[in-house]
Amino acid sequence: MKEDKYRELLTYPIVSMEQLTSAAWSMVISCPEIAQKAQPGQFVNLLPDGNFTLRRPMAGTLRIVFEVRGKGTAALSQLRAGDKVNMLAPLGHGFTLPASDQRVILIGGGIGTPPMLPLAEFFGRNAVVISGFRNAESAILQEDFAETGAKTILCTDDGSAGIHGLVTVPLAEEIAAEKPALICACGPLPMLRAVAALAHDSGIFCQVSLEERMGCGIGACLVCACRTKDQNGDEQYSHVCKNGPVFDAEEVLW
Amino acid sequence: MLNSVGLQNPGIDAFIEKELPHLLQCDTVILANFAGSTAEECAEVAAKLDQTDVHMLELNISCPNVKQGGAAFGTSCQAAAQVTAAVRKATKKPLCVKLSPNVTSITEIAKAVEAEGADAVSLINTLLGMRIDLRTRRPILHNNMGGFSGAAVFPVAVRMVWQVANAVSIPVIGMGGVMTGEDAAELMMAGASAVQVGTAIVQDPYAPLRILDELNEWLDANGIASAAELTGTVQPW
Repeated sequence: MKEDKYRELLTYPIVSMEQLTSAAWSMVISCPEIAQKAQPGQFVNLLPDGNFTLRRPMAGTLRIVFEVRGKGTAALSQLRAGDKVNMLAPLGHGFTLPASDQRVILIGGGIGTPPMLPLAEFFGRNAVVISGFRNAESAILQEDFAETGAKTILCTDDGSAGIHGLVTVPLAEEIAAEKPALICACGPLPMLRAVAALAHDSGIFCQVSLEERMGCGIGACLVCACRTKDQNGDEQYSHVCKNGPVFDAEEVLW
Repeated sequence: MLNSVGLQNPGIDAFIEKELPHLLQCDTVILANFAGSTAEECAEVAAKLDQTDVHMLELNISCPNVKQGGAAFGTSCQAAAQVTAAVRKATKKPLCVKLSPNVTSITEIAKAVEAEGADAVSLINTLLGMRIDLRTRRPILHNNMGGFSGAAVFPVAVRMVWQVANAVSIPVIGMGGVMTGEDAAELMMAGASAVQVGTAIVQDPYAPLRILDELNEWLDANGIASAAELTGTVQPW
């Protein structure tokens, strides 16, 4: 069979691949035209080589930081600089950002932390980054966040690094110290729910990046439905890949 | 692929008002797939579509993921005939009925809808499937069972298209795991007059264009002027 010209349209070279922890990897993909369009909070769909029917949705910038969770991500972790990857991007809609001189608080939980990095780069020293991990071994990107000039606060579930406890404890302290213009969060659902509740009680604009099992990533297969409220407060269904993955926390039916 | 999406949609009025105008701007034939929970409701939806500029209607009597309507119509000859007759009265547009493979005899259902005035049949919808998470011992789909599709079901599609094409005199639209141009050619040889592509698009949005290119290349390489010449040309043993 001759070369597939349509597949070639979606193929991009990997320029570097780095292992961050036992499970987490950082992949940098060269794709100038996509990188130019991509906004923080958007995602990409990667298709591993081999017998895979579905692409794997990835959040973050075109530096893709991911954790090995299943067969697809395991196959992606085998790729190295010089290999090519089949990618559909940029997808979904990202964070709506105020001016960069506003105070913002960025919350990342586990593998939900990477999407906060481009936001920290945008807001620099006006950002407070609070990231939570299971333990010291799984904490990633702390040096990258420090380099942005943002104030960084690390939390771990077991206290093996940083604050022993949940991200909501330092979040409440930072809100009390000085109310931010915006809170952005990505991570496990219970964390997002708790962050959204704190933001709601303090009257702070909060955007959350949701995760849902996806088929196509482009709003066609309708697998990633989630319950939201429309402008009148009426219940409706939205789709994480098309209407999100970033939602105004007030829209989400928790 | 195993799915339990069901028939998620904004309803016929919202479809006609908000989604159809954009689709009509595309330079292609539009086949509107629709369903209802009763024969009366199917007829009501068909009557509304009849007033639009869609080119063909496809009555779905085969979705495995909905409790009412859907496959409930498609698994009994009597119910399939009844709903087809009701819809036939509601529209003058070409009417295709999409059939379920999860039946004892798909040819009997095809003959029943042909007798009630269907202009074509399309097949196959998904096969009923199920997978279990070994760790939690829970089915991976919350609906327990779901629709199974993709390359693995292709041989079933070829077989059923062949059986149905031999049983009815109306055109058959073939689908079920078509991933390449050669798959499309094979389904046409089995008896299909046209081919639909679904699951392949989930992985590759360019799949229909690629499959069309591959089909045309295959036709050129074999000195065949038109894909229509393939329909039903299988030489059975």
